[in-house]
Amino acid sequence: MLEAHKLALNDRLRGVCTKIAAGRVTAICGPNGAGKSTLIRLLAGVLEPTGGEALMDGVRLRDLHPRERAREVGYLPQEPQIAWDLSARNLVSLGRLAHGDARREPVDAALAAMGLEALADRPVSTLSGGERARALLARVLAGEPRCILADEPFASLDLAYQASLAQHLRTQAREHGRAVVVVVHGLSLAHNLADRVLLLKDGKLHAEGPPEYALSSDHLRAVFGVNAHWLGEPGAKVLSLAAGDA
Amino acid sequence: MSRASAILLAALLLAIPLSLVAGRTWIFGIEESRAMLIVAELRLPRALLAVTVGAGLGAAGAAMQGYLRNPLADPGLFGIAPGAALGAVLSFSFGLAASGWLLPILSLAGAGAAMALLALLAGRGGGIALFTLAGLMIASLAGALTSLVISLAPNPWALSEIVTWLMGALTDRSWADVMLAAPMTLAGIVVLARAAPALDALTLGEDAARSMGVDMEKLLMLLVAGVGLTIGSGVAVAGIIGFVGLMVPHIVRPLTDRRPSSLIVPSALGGALLVLVADSVLRMLPLVGELRLGIALSLIGAPFFLWLLLRLRRGGTLGLT
Repeated sequence: MLEAHKLALNDRLRGVCTKIAAGRVTAICGPNGAGKSTLIRLLAGVLEPTGGEALMDGVRLRDLHPRERAREVGYLPQEPQIAWDLSARNLVSLGRLAHGDARREPVDAALAAMGLEALADRPVSTLSGGERARALLARVLAGEPRCILADEPFASLDLAYQASLAQHLRTQAREHGRAVVVVVHGLSLAHNLADRVLLLKDGKLHAEGPPEYALSSDHLRAVFGVNAHWLGEPGAKVLSLAAGDA
Repeated sequence: MSRASAILLAALLLAIPLSLVAGRTWIFGIEESRAMLIVAELRLPRALLAVTVGAGLGAAGAAMQGYLRNPLADPGLFGIAPGAALGAVLSFSFGLAASGWLLPILSLAGAGAAMALLALLAGRGGGIALFTLAGLMIASLAGALTSLVISLAPNPWALSEIVTWLMGALTDRSWADVMLAAPMTLAGIVVLARAAPALDALTLGEDAARSMGVDMEKLLMLLVAGVGLTIGSGVAVAGIIGFVGLMVPHIVRPLTDRRPSSLIVPSALGGALLVLVADSVLRMLPLVGELRLGIALSLIGAPFFLWLLLRLRRGGTLGLT
C-alpha cells in the first residue's frame, strides 16, 4: 500500500517515514505550517519530493504513469474549486478520467454512496456546501481508488455535514477496505474519526499511533504548547483546554 | 453529435449556400458563366476561408477559456496572434508580400516563434499563472516590434498595406489561402479536442487535475500546438480578427452541459457561422469601400465584452459556479 520513505520537500517536510494501512482511517494532525498538506500532496503524487520517496506497493509514485497513479490514489484537495457549473453527475464522472472510460455504474454507485441520486442532474451551483463536499468525494469514489486522500475536507462544513462526511469516510475504510488519509485540524474530530494519527511538527513526524497515544496530553503540549486533556468515553472524545490556555 | 453541434451545423449548412449567392452582385439574374466564375473563384474560397478562420478562432477560444478557467479569456491575448502579425508585417516591410506565399509563411513563422517561446518559458512545471504571464509578455513584445517595423516602414505604400492588412479581412483571398489554412486549422482543432478531457479535469483546479492523472506539461504543449495551428494559420491568411474567440464560447456555452470538452466542437461551428455571416453581411453593406471584417467584429465584440462585464457585476455567473 502507500508508503512514505524519508519523504522531504525543501524545508517544508523533512524526512517523514510512515506506512498507510488499508481498511483504516489515518488522520494527519499538527499546527499550522507543520507540513500536513505538503505530506498529503506528496502522497497523492501532485508534488514531487526533493528527498525520499512516496511508494505505492514498493514502486516510486513518480515512476508510475500519471493515469496509473490516479487509478490507485484518489485525492481531494484543500478548498476544492469547481470552475464551471457542471451537473453533479458530470462532476462525479470526472472520476473516470484516469480510466479513460465513461462507465455509468461506478458513477451511479458513487452518487448513491453519497446519497446524491436525486441531485444528480442539478448544477453544482445549486447544491449546498455539504452536498458539494459529498459530490466532490463522490468524484474520488467514482475512480474506485485503493487510497483516498483528503486535505481538510471538513473545513467550512457545519456539524451535521462533518458527522455525515466522517461516517462516509469511515465506511469507505471499514467496508470497502480502502486506505483513507485525512488532514484534520479539529483534534476532537481526528480522535473520533481516525484509527491512526500522524502528528506533525515543523515538517517532522512527532508521534504516530492510535489517537489515544499520538494525541496524548504530553504530545499535544510538546507540539501545540498547550495544556489539554481528553474528556468523555472512548468513541466520543472531547478535547478540553486547561484554564489560561484557551 | 451533441444538440449544440447539430443546431450549429444545420445553421452553417444553410448559411454557406446563402453566402455564395449574396453580395453586391446577387447571383440570380446574371449570366450563368459569370455566375459560375464569381462563385467558384471568389465566393466559394472566401466562404470556406471564413468557415476555416472562424472555426479556428472559436475552438481556440473555447480551449483557452477552459484552460484558464476564465470566461473572459481570448486566444489573442497569448502572444500567438501578435507573433503571426509580426511575421506578416515584416513581409510587407521587406517587400516580400507580393510573392503570395511569403506573407503566410513568414506569418506562420512568427506564430511558430511565439509558440516556441511560450512553450520554453511556461513549459517546465506547466503552471497556468506562468503561461498567462509568458503569453502576455510575448504579446507585448510582438506588439512593440510590430510598432517598430511600422514606424520604420520604407515607404507610404508599405505602411498603408500593413495597416490595412492588420485590420483583418477575407477580401480577394484565393484557393491557395484555403489550402494553406484549412488543413492546419483542422489539425489544430483535432489537437485541441485531444486536450479536452484534461480541460474538464482542470475544472476542479490544477492540483485535482494532476491527481486525476493529467500531465500538465503535456496539456500545455497540446494547447500551444492547437492554438498555434488554428490562430497562426488564421492570422496568416486573414490578419487579426479579434473577439470571435471570446464571444463564441459564451454564446454556445448555454447550449452545452458547460464541460470544456463539450464546448470545443460547437465553438468551432459557432465561430465558423459568425465569421461567415459577418463577412457576407459586410460585403452587402452600401458603403463606399468595404468595412474590414476585423474592424466590424471588434465593433460588435467590444460592446459584447462590456455586456459580459456588466452581467458579472450584476451577479451573473457566465457559466461559472
